[in-house]
Amino acid sequence: MHAIRGHAEAHIRYIRDTMERASSFTAVPGLGGIVMGATALGAAAIASRQPDPSRWLAVWLAEAVVAVAIGALAMARKARRTSSDLFSGPARRFLLTLTAPLGAGAVLTLVLARSGQTAILPGLWLLLYGTAVVSAGATSVRPVLAMGACFMLLGAAALASPSAWGDAYLAAGFGGIQIAFGAVIARSHGG
Amino acid sequence: MKPTARTRSAGPARPSPARANEPLPALDRVIHERLRLAIVSALAASPSLTFNELKDFLGTSDGNLSVHARRLEEAGYVSCEKGFSGRVPRTAYRLTAAGRRAFARYVDHLEALIAHARR
Repeated sequence: MHAIRGHAEAHIRYIRDTMERASSFTAVPGLGGIVMGATALGAAAIASRQPDPSRWLAVWLAEAVVAVAIGALAMARKARRTSSDLFSGPARRFLLTLTAPLGAGAVLTLVLARSGQTAILPGLWLLLYGTAVVSAGATSVRPVLAMGACFMLLGAAALASPSAWGDAYLAAGFGGIQIAFGAVIARSHGG
Repeated sequence: MKPTARTRSAGPARPSPARANEPLPALDRVIHERLRLAIVSALAASPSLTFNELKDFLGTSDGNLSVHARRLEEAGYVSCEKGFSGRVPRTAYRLTAAGRRAFARYVDHLEALIAHARR
């Protein structure tokens, strides 16, 4: 009887481990990413015309709020359409790993903006967003990881470039990369 | 992860103490084979997986996966959808309602065996 129990318990463990490893968060919104990218391109065009850093910052902060709202809505819609659970283990891990570096970015933005060091914000945002996406990508579909890596590379390049190129880097990252990978995810992972 | 959080509701009720002395039904041999159990478990945790995703995940050969996936298809536990991703052929598998019920029954059965052995 002990042997039967041992076998049954081993099978239950095997099933649990397999399910745990197979779980990935698949409700990443590709189409939502494209819309987010489009609004970022608009924000870059508007921000580049602002006469002072505080207005420039206000434009990008407004864009961040809009992008988060679009992302959340698109994720909820895709999860509903694909019968995924937004409160399941993989989804929770995805959102937690995504939000931790973004929270750090919000704190650093506040500190740097107060001390007038807004010039390094584009590189910092791209780098931290990339970090967030790479971390979250570990529990999600493959293009997410690659997208995060591209953001990180672009962020590093932005930090090493003249500050006047900041909006161009932000447009390339939050606009270009987001749209390109949004299209890939939408095509290969169901919208 | 609790393997049966969603699927258990689709299957039969777990044995009550009053039923614990009843003889246990045989395990579902279609699911019980190790690779097929892994396929079904993986599909229970993911809405659908492609042939290549399953092959990478299970670390098995094309032939081995084909044989076992076909066996699950024949039992009506798994559905297979063939298509193209661009120009690349793409085969996606998902668990059918019957497969989900069979998986829930299988897990319930294992839990019943454990409970039975504890008595």
